[in-house]
Amino acid sequence: MKHRLVVIASQAAWERMRMSSPHLIETLSGAGSGLAGVLAERAEILGLSQAAHDAVLLPLAPGGISHVERAALAARMASANADAALAEHYRELLRQAGESPALLAFAEGAGPAADTDARLRAIIRHVDLVTLSPRDTTKADIAALAAAGLSEPDIVRLAELIAFVNYQARVIAGLRLLGAIA
Amino acid sequence: MSTVVHEFTDKVPRWSPYVTPVVLAEATPEQLDAMQVTPSNKKISDYVLTLAHDPESLKVRSPLFNAIMYGKGGLSSAERELGATAASIVNRCVYCAAVHASRFNALTKCTDVIEEIFARGLDAELEEHQQAIFDFAAKLSKTPSEAAADDIAKLADLGLSKVEILDLILSAAIFGWANRLMHTLGEPVRD
Repeated sequence: MKHRLVVIASQAAWERMRMSSPHLIETLSGAGSGLAGVLAERAEILGLSQAAHDAVLLPLAPGGISHVERAALAARMASANADAALAEHYRELLRQAGESPALLAFAEGAGPAADTDARLRAIIRHVDLVTLSPRDTTKADIAALAAAGLSEPDIVRLAELIAFVNYQARVIAGLRLLGAIA
Repeated sequence: MSTVVHEFTDKVPRWSPYVTPVVLAEATPEQLDAMQVTPSNKKISDYVLTLAHDPESLKVRSPLFNAIMYGKGGLSSAERELGATAASIVNRCVYCAAVHASRFNALTKCTDVIEEIFARGLDAELEEHQQAIFDFAAKLSKTPSEAAADDIAKLADLGLSKVEILDLILSAAIFGWANRLMHTLGEPVRD
């Protein structure tokens, strides 16, 4: 019963997160008034980008990759992209989801620990590879995820999560540069 | 017997997935809905059927991709394709590079630029305007991004408006996404 209450509380938190930060990219890029007109011209794209954030970080049907794992992996990828503000956003999502010390360590870039299970070990390896060096990914890397117990839908879910965060980090990095000359 | 294509080419190969695509006849209503957003709704590609394993993402991704690459105004279509191609070179997504390089060629009615890029990769020497676009998109595609204030200033000096620069940021960034799906979930083949 107690466990059930915890689940309900965290679901309410997720619902709030889905409703909040409608302009995450603008907020994190620090895009000031100099870019307001430009961003307004691309409002549809920014809105769809926020919807994509919700679809990969806070999906209604997360499958075998939980919300809390998604937030931790996203924070790790934001840090790999040298984006401290984006990493902090994802650590906040992680805190709201009920972080564990192990997941917080992964979020902050730590390697797998001795007691990390094979599934999470394979996921972290793949997240790092596809974030840092997607060109080196091969068929064997997908086979390794399957061998570690990920279903095919979960392999696609993981790919979309990795792909999205890497997209978002680049939009924010570009907007910061553009904002500086605006 | 099909063979894997490892070299950059402007002849679009077939994409062969590493995971089993969703079987159209067995797709859930949510998967069918997510797949309908694509331009071709009669013949669904293996790529879209593969992404249908995650319908929540697919439903948003397709309109976002189309708005960035084919939206009205701002940066020209050819220059968006050049940004997409630069990202695909960095990430070595041979399939994405083929699709978008061939679109660039069709739009510009010229093949020299792509020939130079495929031959020399990130060291390609292009005319000034295309060079600035290519270099910026390539630098933004690294992890972490290597794009700097000078790269943006160069684009502005060459006359790109802020909206055009934003469109270039978006077209390179969306291939930071697309390459990480296409190149990791399958491979380009010739039958």
